[in-house]
Amino acid sequence: MPPRSVRYEARIENLEGILGFVTDCAGEIPWAARRLPDIELVVEEAVVNVCKYAYPDQGGEVEVRCDGNDTALSILIADSGVPFNVLDAEEPDLSADILERQVGGLGCFLIRSMSDRAEYRREGGRNLLDLTFLPGGKAGGESGDA
Amino acid sequence: MDIQVRKEKNATIVAVTGKMDAVTAPDYEQQLRRLMDEGEKTFVNDFSGLVYISSAGLRSILATAKALKTVEGRLLFSGVTGPVKDVFEISGFGSLFQLHDSPDTALKSVG
Repeated sequence: MPPRSVRYEARIENLEGILGFVTDCAGEIPWAARRLPDIELVVEEAVVNVCKYAYPDQGGEVEVRCDGNDTALSILIADSGVPFNVLDAEEPDLSADILERQVGGLGCFLIRSMSDRAEYRREGGRNLLDLTFLPGGKAGGESGDA
Repeated sequence: MDIQVRKEKNATIVAVTGKMDAVTAPDYEQQLRRLMDEGEKTFVNDFSGLVYISSAGLRSILATAKALKTVEGRLLFSGVTGPVKDVFEISGFGSLFQLHDSPDTALKSVG
């Protein structure tokens, strides 16, 4: 597929439109349909992070760009908000019981766990989160793999 | 996301279908909160029709479970499968909660 991108106001109400775009892109790559649950989840977590934290004072945009082929699907999530590296977020304590367990932190954890590669960089005043998915997927990120 | 509530003798079955994401998860939390305010303490979440859950859904579940703990209530699950089960396992929720095959087996475990 040729690279495609969309821009939306960074608001939770636009999540459905953004996920629809990503689902359409993944639908053009035969292997990516199998990884769609992971892809959708990671993109939601990344976009929700932008909506919640990138623009604390006034609104702004989030750009989502998809580029894929037989061997990989790359999804870039970009915003012009405050610098924030989602990959630096603290690991949640997965063994804590219900009362001790922290309510936050799971989104960042899922981004790292369910993508095959996640890279962050700050460039030209923008946060760029580059998410890569591969046909085989990660162990645990895909059910039914032989 | 759609939520159907059915009251049984010893628990309230909450059947959630569709997608529990950042947009819909607050509805789940509010519904459960309302049922708790009405005095319900034991819930079985029937997730057999749930096809997707994100961290927003997990957060709503955890917040509900924390609130239930303080009134000695319980939150059980049935029909957690596919991508939802993957997310439960990877985030440690699989060991945090009792997962049952069906609402009936969950109800039996409540006694």
